[in-house]
Parts: sequence; C-alpha cells; structure tokens
Amino acid sequence: MAPPRKSLRARGSALASAREQVRLLDAPGVVPRFEAALGGAGLQPLAATGITVFQINVGRLCNQTCRHCHVDAGPDRPESMTRATAEACMAALARTAIPTVDITGGAPELNPNFRWLVEEARRLGRHVMDRCNLSVLLLPAQKDLGVFLASHRVEVVASLPSFAAAPTDAQRGEGVFARSIEALRLLNGLGYGHDGSGLVLTLVTNPVGAFLPPAQAAQEALFRDRLRRDHGVGFHRLHTITNMPISRFLEFLLESGNYETYMRRLVDAFNPGAAAGVMCRYTLSVGWDGRLYDCDFNQMLDLPLDHGAPAHVGDFDPARLDRRRIVTGNHCYGCTAGAGSSCGGATAR
Amino acid sequence: MDTYYHPQDLGHFADMGQGNKDLWEKFMTYYGAVFAEGALTAREKALIALGVAHAVQCPYCIDAYTQACLEKGSNVGEMTEAVHVACAIRGGASLVHGVQMRNVAKKISM
Repeated sequence: MAPPRKSLRARGSALASAREQVRLLDAPGVVPRFEAALGGAGLQPLAATGITVFQINVGRLCNQTCRHCHVDAGPDRPESMTRATAEACMAALARTAIPTVDITGGAPELNPNFRWLVEEARRLGRHVMDRCNLSVLLLPAQKDLGVFLASHRVEVVASLPSFAAAPTDAQRGEGVFARSIEALRLLNGLGYGHDGSGLVLTLVTNPVGAFLPPAQAAQEALFRDRLRRDHGVGFHRLHTITNMPISRFLEFLLESGNYETYMRRLVDAFNPGAAAGVMCRYTLSVGWDGRLYDCDFNQMLDLPLDHGAPAHVGDFDPARLDRRRIVTGNHCYGCTAGAGSSCGGATAR
Repeated sequence: MDTYYHPQDLGHFADMGQGNKDLWEKFMTYYGAVFAEGALTAREKALIALGVAHAVQCPYCIDAYTQACLEKGSNVGEMTEAVHVACAIRGGASLVHGVQMRNVAKKISM
C-alpha cells in the first residue's frame, strides 16, 4: 500500500475526526480498558513525576505524508504556531528549570517561528531537539538549515524506519530513502554523528507495518553496521518506537484488516515496567495553538490536560503540572507494549 | 469451504499440553533455549527458522516466523533471501541425488 498523497483531512475521511478515532479505540469488546491494565500494575491513576521535557508541536504542516503519521501531517495542513504562542511557550519555559525543549510537528522546521524558538531556548540554556524528517534539509528554502542546527548545537532526531530503501519508501513515500541518506551525509559533513563533535544525531525507527519494534540495542547495532557499510553514514544512537493506533496508522490498520489483531498484540505485550516509564510522566506537550496535553498522541486525539491542570501555556503553572494526573485511553497500550515506546525510544528498564 | 488449515489454530498451539503436560513443558523449555540469544542473535535464528519453515512447509511456522523476523528488525528483502536458501537446499538435495542416478546408469549402461 503506497503512502497517501493527501492527509485524512484533505480527503474528507471520517478518521480526520479525533472524536471518531476515540470512539473506535474505546469501543467495548475489542480490548480491555487501559486503566484496568494500569490498575493491575499498581499505576492507576497514572501521574506525572516532574517535567523534564517541554515538547512543542509547532504545527501540522509537513512536506511528506507518511503512511503511519499520527499527526495526519501534510502539505495541506494550515495549523501553525504563531509568534505570540511561541513567545508564551518561552515565557513559560523561562519560569522553570526544565532542561530539554523538544520541537516537533509536522515538519517543525517549516514553521516561521521554528528558528526563533531554537535561538530563544538555547539562550535560556536548554538542550534543544529537532524532530526532523531529513528530507526537509534538502528543500531549496531550507538549504541553510543544517548549518543553523549545527551552530546552535541542536540535537537532530531523525526518522528512518529502515536501513533499506523499499520499506522506507513504502512508509514515507517514493524516493524518501535516497533523500534521507543524502540528508544524513549532509549532517555528517557538518559534524553530526561523529564521536566527540557534540552534534548529536539520533535516529528513530518504527515498524513498517502492524507489528512491534525489535529490541532497541540490537536494531541500533544493525543500523550502524548497514548504514556505514552501504552508505558511509554514521549516527550516535537509535531509538525504536511503536506505531500508535491513531490517525493514518489507524487508517492503515482498519483498511488492511489488522486493527483487532494489532490491538490485541499491544494488550498481550503490556509491560508494567514500560508503563512505569511512559513519557507522559515527564513530558508536557504544547499544541500549535498553545493548548496543553500530556503527550503528542493525546494532542492528536484532542484529549487535553484534565484534573485541574491548566489548559493553555499562557496559564502555565508548574505547581499544577509537575505531579498532574494523566489522561489515558486505549491508545496508551502503544506506549506500554513490549519494551515500551516513547519519544526517547524503549522505556522498560 | 472446509480446509485442513485455519490460521487461528496457531493460537491454540499450547493446547497440545493438554495431551501430556510434562512433555509439552519439556519441549517449550528446550524451544525457548534454542531461540534465545547465543552465538547467533535472536534475529539470525528467526531468519533460519523462517527458512526451515519453508523447507518443511509448515504454514504455522511460516506465519509465526514471518511476524518474528519483522519484529526482530528484518525485512521482506532479507526474508526472501532466507526462503531462497531453503529452496536452494531442497533443490540441491534433489540434484545431488542425481549423482546416484548417474552411478546406477553408468553401472548398467554400455
């Protein structure tokens, strides 16, 4: 199945509605309630343990329309963080000691305020991560992006589902693998991925289909060997993540007849160790419009913070956020299956 | 339509323990040890198992080890090569017995 050319929204799909997705995910009889699994692990109600990652989703505009995208990002998406909201984000961050700013999208680099956010977060002394699709580095309007990222010592967290072209292109679009390798060579040329350079290059891989990711350490070794051998590119580390049953991956599951089997796979692989380390416990997610969420997945399902937590970054209050109760749902099985999954890779220790 | 094979039966493999619990548990202990990481990685073993599954033509094993190979980071390109390894061995086994044919033919022919 080739990646769609347009987002769910552009195609008028019923799945473009977050409410419809939640209705499907919470339909009785497919899987037991996630909260029951948490209860069995002694983690219900799930609560934050203190924020160490301030994740900003600057919008849903992207130059790709990947098959598995939980954001439903694409070239047609108009949602874009304004300068005023970006300033509110930095004002909130400045009131804290949160060490890491994680900028995501869509393709976050396409937002007109992306570079200002990077500069400002670095001025505040925070570690900055750019969730990069790699091909964006090759766009004519972004030809200086690599130098910009390197000059601000931004960690590039780049998506690459496979060290082979066929599965990568099947998920991310024809020709994306070749462009990804070209972008990785460009980054290596700037110093990214080299030992001791201080320019951290992290790869993120997710399964190209309805199955769980492999063991992270083993996959990292395999990627390192194959990318060096076949393409002469290097990186520092690799994270494995699980595909979440949201948006376009949910569409794939339904169209391919894999939905129930995949959900049962996630449930059967529920790992209490992974659940204890889920990223929502230490991450705060800010939407393009400034609304606050426990994670990017809740953001896409339109499940904002609850239980007395502030709704908008303009009302940021660490006292009401650091130990907040987290909003969960059946999609959360994706983060607790097997070795666990997060924006930082496997979570089970 | 009646058929001998039903994909959902793979999920009932453990029912074999109901016939003899002791032998089932011994088999599963051995099975788990065979596929654990060793001198070969779990991924390499899964690819071998996939090849063998095609050699013995077990649909249950083909199903299970296709999934296992993908979940251990392999891809259809690698897995296809593993199937060809099975094919080459099975074909080669037939072909090398042709030496017997040639021996017999040589003995009885002028």
